[in-house]
Amino acid sequence: MIQIKNIHAGIEDKSILNGINLDVKAGEVHAIMGPNGSGKSTLSSVIAGNETYEVSEGDILLDNESILELSPDERAHKGVFMSFQYPVEIPGVSTTNFVKTAINEKRKAQGLEDLPAKDMLKLIREKSELLEMDRKFLSRSLNEGFSGGEKKRNEIFQMAMLEPKLAILDETDSGLDIDALKIVANGVNKLRNKDNAVIVITHYQRLLDYIVPDFVHVLHNGKIVKSGGKELALELEAKGYDWLK
Amino acid sequence: MSKYTEDDLKKELETQEYEYGFYTDIESDTFPKGLNEDIVRAISKKKNEPEWMTEWRLDAFRIWESMEEPEWANVNYKKPNFQDIAYYSAPKAADPNKTLDDVDPELLETFKKLGISIDEQKRLSGVAVDIVVDSVSVATTFKETLAEKGILFMPISEAIQEHPELVKKYMGTVVPKTDNFYAALNSAVFTDGSFCYIPKGVKCPMELSTYFRINEGGTGQFERTLVIADESSYVSYLEGCTAPSRDENQLHAAVVELIALDDAEIKYSTVQNWFPGDKDGKGGVFNFVTKRGICHTNSKISWTQVETGSAVTWKYPSCVLKGNNSVGEFYSIAVTNNYQQADTGTKMIHLGKNTKSTIISKGISAGKSQNSYRGLVQIGSRAENARNFSQCDSLLMGNKCGAHTFPYIESKNKSAKIEHEATTSKIGEDQLFYCNQRGIDTEKAIALIVNGFSKEVLNKLPMEFAVEAQKLLEISLEGSVG
Repeated sequence: MIQIKNIHAGIEDKSILNGINLDVKAGEVHAIMGPNGSGKSTLSSVIAGNETYEVSEGDILLDNESILELSPDERAHKGVFMSFQYPVEIPGVSTTNFVKTAINEKRKAQGLEDLPAKDMLKLIREKSELLEMDRKFLSRSLNEGFSGGEKKRNEIFQMAMLEPKLAILDETDSGLDIDALKIVANGVNKLRNKDNAVIVITHYQRLLDYIVPDFVHVLHNGKIVKSGGKELALELEAKGYDWLK
Repeated sequence: MSKYTEDDLKKELETQEYEYGFYTDIESDTFPKGLNEDIVRAISKKKNEPEWMTEWRLDAFRIWESMEEPEWANVNYKKPNFQDIAYYSAPKAADPNKTLDDVDPELLETFKKLGISIDEQKRLSGVAVDIVVDSVSVATTFKETLAEKGILFMPISEAIQEHPELVKKYMGTVVPKTDNFYAALNSAVFTDGSFCYIPKGVKCPMELSTYFRINEGGTGQFERTLVIADESSYVSYLEGCTAPSRDENQLHAAVVELIALDDAEIKYSTVQNWFPGDKDGKGGVFNFVTKRGICHTNSKISWTQVETGSAVTWKYPSCVLKGNNSVGEFYSIAVTNNYQQADTGTKMIHLGKNTKSTIISKGISAGKSQNSYRGLVQIGSRAENARNFSQCDSLLMGNKCGAHTFPYIESKNKSAKIEHEATTSKIGEDQLFYCNQRGIDTEKAIALIVNGFSKEVLNKLPMEFAVEAQKLLEISLEGSVG
């Protein structure tokens, strides 16, 4: 589904990613692990198209087509979704309104009419039940005054609504207590199917107890230094990252 | 990579054209430029006014001559040459006795371009509309429906003829001729505007609406609106403005007076979209407006305004809370872009006991514009238990614009409670990227963020106006033409 080919990227003169190769197929879950500063979040930003980072070499293919020239919103329309480590607040805009806008913008890009209000409501009800969310929460301003757990759950709710092909979960576990972590992981698992793929970016292995990956990759100095199955995550948990450097 | 930076956005904002910048080729009957007693007399004569009105105007003219243009506002502009303005311009085809069907088709086309479908409004929405183009009311719809309830809604020139007792009794009582330079000018030369009277105990069943448009070049527009809500009555009044784009600055100096008698309520909403000037700050309307309402016992006046246009705005819709337990409200969104300058706010004058006022002001600045909130809260010595709450929020886009807040508080009564809150924020790259990542492009994202920021005020507008206002905010800030 997504092929990352020899990606080099950085900010201004500072290079952060130094030749990343990754091939994620439909139905798979890949975990990207690594110490702080290894380039994990940069990788997710580059896939999502954040223009703060300059890609100097390599290519990213989604369903065999390069998406490197596409803007972040165009990539989103093609099914790329990123759950943010630090979701931003947008005062005065309810989660419902925000998600509605996002869905209709995507539909517009596909030449479809706005989703009728009735269907939108049905979808909201369905997905909020799936994630065991209190719907009152959806009429509050987006992320304003939300707890860490609420913010992350809201991200997964948006993911559920948008039904992306590729979901990148950027440090979704940070700032979550174990209960919130379970709820979020549960949500992600319910959304998994044979047609979509998930990239889980995390520092710790504990999230991977709940979202079990097919592959684990270790990132160091902007390169994947080791890949393996889910047992690699446990090994990292036991040994730390130093033995790989 | 199709990088859409803030700079690109700014460029786009600067190059966008004024959506309502078309000019309707209607034959106009325009006075020669200049202002003197003869012109004042001529305006009065043209309107076929009674002697008392002519004298009233002449008195105002003499007062105006002795006054100087105010300079205290936080705006810079080349002062208009008052002798270089034509003070009367009427579309020739307009005849007040004609029905809507007889109105110049080209004029109707103009309304269509503005998105005002009069027929539609007549049939569906229950909004009565009085349309003032340049200086003359063109059509007042729904007059008969209103008349059944005893509601008077007509051009002010007609009211002077038909209801002189009401006009004489109330005109100039809230905004006297001596009030300020522009109010005095308006009193001397006003050519039309709307008049509305709601009888005792009557709740006006529909929104009343006036559309103003300056069409002719080199003309000023000086309309005068007088709304009287008699005891225990209610009215919601809407006002919309547009003007074609022109190289020269056009002057608009209106006066609006609201009178809420005991237990009455007036809601006055404005969507102001005068031509703001081009990206270099050339042209645009100078909008120097005096709006004030007086509240008698237990009455309430709400001003809601969405200001997106004008090169220079100088405007402070105010409430004089004279009666005990009266309530004044001011909800405002002011958007400035390019070289626009706005100095706007309100005055809440608490005179009666237990009077309450609320001020919510949202300023949005982009380009190289300057946006100032100026508000006065004054508590008189007899205003026991007066309360005020003010909130002034500013949203900045880019690094070249300015937002300023000038709150003035004067209290002569120890029991008064006055609260003032202010915030300033900026649309962040991180907010935009977050929206982009969800498939919402930058233009739409800005609209979403701006709407969220303005929501408290937009919610105060009547439904159909809120939609228009939202669209206007998007046009003013996004560069999406049409």
